[in-house]
Amino acid sequence: MADTGDDPRVSSTLIERPVPEKRKLTTKPRPSDVAFRTTLNIMSYSSLLILAAIGGFLAFRGFGAFKQNGIGFITNSPWSAIVGDNGKETDIFGMGAMIVGTLVISTIALLIGVPISVLTALFLTFYAPERIKKILVTVVDLMASFPSILYGLWGFIVLSPMATYWAKLIYKYLGWIPFLSVPQPAFDRSPFLAGIVLSIMIIPIVTSVSREIFGQTPLDRIQAAYALGATRWGMIRAVALPFGASGVVGGAMLGLGRALGETVAVYSVLNIVFKINWHVLYGYGGNIASMIVQKFGEASFNEKKALLAAGFVLFVMTLLVNMIANTVVSRAVKSGK
Amino acid sequence: MSTMTHHETVYPKRPWKATKADLIPVFALLVLAAVVDYAVVAVTPMKGKLAYALLFFVFGAGFQMVLKWKQLGRRAAIDSLAGSVAITGAALAFIPVISLLETAIVKGMKGLYPGFFIHDMSVANYQSPLNQGGVIQAIVGTLYLIALATLISLPLSLLTALYLTEIKGKASGFIQFLVQAMSGIPSVVAGIFIYSALLLTTSLRGSTIMAALALAILMIPTVTRTAQEVLLLVPADLREAGLALGATQWKTVATIVVPAARNGLITAVILGVARIAGETAPLLFTLGVSNKINFNPFFGGQSALPYYVWSGLADGTELGIDRAWSGILVLLMIVLALFVVARVFGTRKVKTK
Repeated sequence: MADTGDDPRVSSTLIERPVPEKRKLTTKPRPSDVAFRTTLNIMSYSSLLILAAIGGFLAFRGFGAFKQNGIGFITNSPWSAIVGDNGKETDIFGMGAMIVGTLVISTIALLIGVPISVLTALFLTFYAPERIKKILVTVVDLMASFPSILYGLWGFIVLSPMATYWAKLIYKYLGWIPFLSVPQPAFDRSPFLAGIVLSIMIIPIVTSVSREIFGQTPLDRIQAAYALGATRWGMIRAVALPFGASGVVGGAMLGLGRALGETVAVYSVLNIVFKINWHVLYGYGGNIASMIVQKFGEASFNEKKALLAAGFVLFVMTLLVNMIANTVVSRAVKSGK
Repeated sequence: MSTMTHHETVYPKRPWKATKADLIPVFALLVLAAVVDYAVVAVTPMKGKLAYALLFFVFGAGFQMVLKWKQLGRRAAIDSLAGSVAITGAALAFIPVISLLETAIVKGMKGLYPGFFIHDMSVANYQSPLNQGGVIQAIVGTLYLIALATLISLPLSLLTALYLTEIKGKASGFIQFLVQAMSGIPSVVAGIFIYSALLLTTSLRGSTIMAALALAILMIPTVTRTAQEVLLLVPADLREAGLALGATQWKTVATIVVPAARNGLITAVILGVARIAGETAPLLFTLGVSNKINFNPFFGGQSALPYYVWSGLADGTELGIDRAWSGILVLLMIVLALFVVARVFGTRKVKTK
């Protein structure tokens, strides 16, 4: 195209035609792209930076408490900072009771919350008519956006009397089971109540993860089950549940992550006592997050550092649970595709 | 055969679908279950709502099982029981929602009066009569916190999401993993982290900016993940068209991809805001205290609705708790409004025209 020299109508010797220079083809990115990609590359590490900073700062500040109490910081239960007459502070910090308490109420929350969530997810996926399903899915999402202090206030005012009544009933008929017995008949503000509140709070996350998994059940397998004469329950048992099992486990672990770190709702309903208590109906228990809130206001400098160390333990616990849960869920979701 | 000009829509027949005649015994048995339930509670020592609910389930599910067994046999009876259990499970999940909303509205209305929205707490305390003082400082504080936290977290979230969808670099899997891990950080940890990093050993005191930083940590994963989902929905054709026309990647992203996903990105921000609007725990360490409107983000405390509710609950008196309920009702209205707006924007996530 550029070469017009052979054209008989134009004599190239008479008119000097400016021949456009060949455009250079290059794969070199423009400066704007270099800047763009570099910015994104750097900024994408902000999450790593934040996580590292959280772990780093809490561990750094709490180091003194770890060093002073040793392994007892995890295994011992008493937590006290006493200022003696000479103005010297005697500290003993152990969060054993709080760790046990956190595990106890989280377990209760899972035992109650997960079956309800799985049933809800099954109902939404395989039973509910389309219109009802849409409404209920919205309600589940809405539930997730309720402030945790609403759950706390509601648990304290509305649920607490009911849970005390249920606890008495359970004690009356099942009190012979070791962990359902109580040393004294005090049922208020028990781990049982805190567990119920948490179980309601984890329903949205467990339900939505389970629903997503059940929704991916391959249609051909469902239809194959029906074609072989399965009832709806037969299909769920033979196809949906085995298919969704790992996703449900992952969802439950995400729920556990929530339950471990919940603060305000638990603080509102639980009687926090620094003694290991396995009697779930008995009115005292613990939870790392709410212990931090309870002690922080009046804590001395040293005690604050110990509380930050407790926060570090909580951070590591939830991070581990969440990482495992996310891996399980993403594997389950991928294998479903 | 109908002629070409005369079409009739033919719907597929569903012979397995329950007819009205099939449903009559089902409802009749439910009514019967309710009657028997009532009678049993009346004559036996079992009392209370719990007994009604439990027995209604036993009788309701039991009668349906017997009906199915008579009609279709043992397997149908088991299927019917499984259906009853699933419905009951779903009901158990939704009863608390109704109770939560009902309690918040009924108890919250008590302390609401027009002045509640225009007065602050400098003229009253938690023991004052309910027609004194209000939450204007808390509403302004919450909105202020939301604005600052969004300002801090949005750039980080959007850039991370763009990295995951547009660059898809070597570290994508790792970054994705970290963002997911971040979404599990307990809110109390975000609060004490800011405290330990910025407040513990310095002369700084709790302020709006400190609390906004803590909230931003909680907001980033939500916004990033939603933004990522939305950006993935933008058709690859649009990106390729942009590049084919000679635009650089930066131009393509800035003028095509992001505008195409605009509504979805707004949804992402709103979901992030809804995530943090009701957070209480981080505020306890970072916010300071104020009973008046305070526009200075660096100095002096701030108020916020969750903190107002918390103080009322901590006050413990009847009036304090009444105030807490009113505060939570206002907070709930803000969260619900955000939720509805997110739904409206979310219905059409990607604008392809």
